[in-house]
Amino acid sequence: MLGLRFQRNPDPSPWLVLGVSIGAVAGALLVTGLLFALHGVDPLAAYATIFRKTMLDGRGFSEVVRKSIPLLLAGVGLVLAFRARFWNIGAEGQILAGAVAASGVALFVPVPAVLAVPAMFLAGFLGGAAWGFLPAILKVRLGVNEIITTLMLNYVALYIVRWLINGPWRGQSVTGFSYSDRFPAHAWLPTLGSTRLHWPTLLIGLLLAVLIAFVLFRTRLGFEIRMMGESPEAARYAGVNFLWTTVALVCVSAGAAGLAGVGEVAGIHHRLVEPNSISLGYGYTAIIVALLARGNPLAAIATALFLGTVFAAGDIMKVSLRLPSQMPSVINGLVLLFLVCSEPLLRYRLRRRARTDARAEGGARA
Amino acid sequence: MGEERAIVGEVVEASERPSAPREIPILSMRGIDKRFPGVVANDDVGFDVLPGEVHALLGENGAGKTTLISILYGLQQPDAGEIVIDGKAVRLLNPRHAMAQGVGLVAQHFHLARRHTVAENIALGLADTPFLRPTRRLERRIAELASHYGLEVDPTARVWQLSPGEQQRVEIVKALLQGARLLILDEPTSVLTPQEAERLFGVLEQMTSEGKGVIFISHKLDEVMRVADRITVLRKGAVVGRLSAEDASPADLARLMVGDFNPPRIKEAPPGTAPVARLENVWARNHRGLPALRGVDFDIRAGEILGVAGVAGNGQAELVEVVSGLRRPDSGRFSILGRDVTELGVRALLENGVALIPEDRNRMGTVPAMSVAENLVLRQYRRAPYARRGLIDWKAVAGFAKRSIDQYEIATPSQATRARLLSGGNVQKLILARELSGEPRLVVAAHPTYGLDVGATALTHDLLLRQRERGAAVLLVSEDLDELLQLADRILVMAQGRVAGIVSASAADRERLGLLMAGSTREPQGAVA
Repeated sequence: MLGLRFQRNPDPSPWLVLGVSIGAVAGALLVTGLLFALHGVDPLAAYATIFRKTMLDGRGFSEVVRKSIPLLLAGVGLVLAFRARFWNIGAEGQILAGAVAASGVALFVPVPAVLAVPAMFLAGFLGGAAWGFLPAILKVRLGVNEIITTLMLNYVALYIVRWLINGPWRGQSVTGFSYSDRFPAHAWLPTLGSTRLHWPTLLIGLLLAVLIAFVLFRTRLGFEIRMMGESPEAARYAGVNFLWTTVALVCVSAGAAGLAGVGEVAGIHHRLVEPNSISLGYGYTAIIVALLARGNPLAAIATALFLGTVFAAGDIMKVSLRLPSQMPSVINGLVLLFLVCSEPLLRYRLRRRARTDARAEGGARA
Repeated sequence: MGEERAIVGEVVEASERPSAPREIPILSMRGIDKRFPGVVANDDVGFDVLPGEVHALLGENGAGKTTLISILYGLQQPDAGEIVIDGKAVRLLNPRHAMAQGVGLVAQHFHLARRHTVAENIALGLADTPFLRPTRRLERRIAELASHYGLEVDPTARVWQLSPGEQQRVEIVKALLQGARLLILDEPTSVLTPQEAERLFGVLEQMTSEGKGVIFISHKLDEVMRVADRITVLRKGAVVGRLSAEDASPADLARLMVGDFNPPRIKEAPPGTAPVARLENVWARNHRGLPALRGVDFDIRAGEILGVAGVAGNGQAELVEVVSGLRRPDSGRFSILGRDVTELGVRALLENGVALIPEDRNRMGTVPAMSVAENLVLRQYRRAPYARRGLIDWKAVAGFAKRSIDQYEIATPSQATRARLLSGGNVQKLILARELSGEPRLVVAAHPTYGLDVGATALTHDLLLRQRERGAAVLLVSEDLDELLQLADRILVMAQGRVAGIVSASAADRERLGLLMAGSTREPQGAVA
């Protein structure tokens, strides 16, 4: 009757998906440009400065990559969880749990020096996984909404870190500050040259992205995870064990975030510090990394790099352009907003006077 | 309009129901046609409702009752035909138009906001609801109406606290406050206890005594005989009978409802004798925790198709779930070839040779977002050759997919195409290809031809018969009696979670099946339980 009509688009092409994603990012950057202008900064010049200092400058680029590492690890984990429609909003807490576990090993567990770093990564993975285990069990067994539980556990992790650095783990040699003692040198991650780029964590992140892609598309477990996410009814019919599968995938997802926490304390701070210094909100930004990657673990490498650039640009905007330090958060928020709002462009297309939708109307029959 | 229609107590005729037809019907529907691709939902359907009359629309599921009602309520537009209300032809483009014409609908599934109170729900549907404090004045009106008709509802109760019967009363009150003079009740007793149903009939009597009209949709014969003044019987979209309730007998109605065409039977070998699956005194609850199977007993033999007939919601869905392992029974025993499998889940039953062709092809039978090839191994993915040591062998999957697509002639651009792009018939072919691939011992088919075109239906029938020839046991649940009579060796009729009777298909007559299905108290002789 109206001439134009939204019609469901059951199968958007990969090109459309890519185009819409890039469009969403471009939209967010456009609005950010307007904000630059309102602050009296020429947007084009600002973007040029940011580009030059992140992409064309060796040291700048190393900072971009460094900030992409936790985003990649946590983001790849979230890609896995989101594939199963397990809405893990708790990567932030899982990063902190991993950081705590690794710090515990570094500070108090006597392991041979060569094994210190591997032991810390293992502990960090398990710490993160433990933070995901409870919400997974609660969801499958009691139907408790995982968005709430994972989100709330972020605060539990945050306050545990605060308590540790102000209480039992407070450093003997520090006064006036709240943090733990410095890790012994063998518990430090090596960095690339004079940069702060702790490459072992980066390597783990890249390997994990490949591994999770492999699990999703080549293994039985991955088949079950995808089935469970796309259609729980069909997964039940196929005999998928929801409890085991959910626990397994969430532990891997949360464990990946835990590894990110290990990288931050062992690669940068070398001690357990304030939760807001360990993670600059990487766990929340990782949600955008995962959503922008649209279920593809390998695409998370690119999206983590993009959002890492936004983080790194924050320093440049503050120092060189004298913009408020909240700018990266504004950009993150805008990207997420544009991304969510662009969803209908994938799922619907505008059609002129569409033919009747046989299935919908047939369903209304007796 | 509607000013002259007082909402409460417009006493047109205070005495009994009008004995002689009055001049102007409240409603006439004439020559209504409605077609969907591949299906004729309504074919030249007409009926009218007189003031003070309960007019029943009787028919099996799929007979076209619900389509007719959606047209009357403005939810769908007819392809042809006219709707006349109070002698004036009207176009009802949406439910608001219908309400303005005095048409009220109490749907089978209630449309109430569960967290809100009764009064708030009713306020939501009224045109004159004030912006501030929407329920003021309303509680008194609800109370007046409730006492007048015997529709007790507490206006301050929240909907989630109410039983289905109470929610139905809320819907009726809502419709009456909206000014309904013609009330449509779609399967109103399906959610009611017998006592609640009696109360509802009392309410209907009060309404008709005031000159309101009621359209009563049902497939329960007893009930229709009890409340209706006139009955219009629909079958496969067309009117096949118009009777006054006094002239009708349950047997007439059953015959009209299910038809008396006996299709040719196309089976050759006689069924075997060895039971493949046996259920003994199986009790199970539905997803709401209410008893759905109450002591079900039967067995299925090798080389036999056991048809399951029944009106929707009498335990067939739960029976399918129990037999396929999707639902654990509360008590009783389920065995396959003598082995107790009562406690086994769906995966173990699959390994014991139970195939399931589910009723819902797009939610359970396939994963629409996954590829045709992936869907073809949706249930076999964990076994060799498709999986080895936890890894999926995509070559083996592709090989199986290619063979299945060729053998079952699944029309798909490629095996990587997502299943959601296939037509309904091809989705069903995909499911059949998958489920019949492992030489199952027991094939459970739930409404396997519902919504399919002629070709896909014939193919499905052929495949089920071939399974029978092969020696598999087939449990065929269907609402299409033609299909059951054509394919089944024996037909089990379910009513209220029990086996109302098992009749040999060769001896089955449609009247007996219809009566058993309708849960009539006038049981036919000779039903073997």
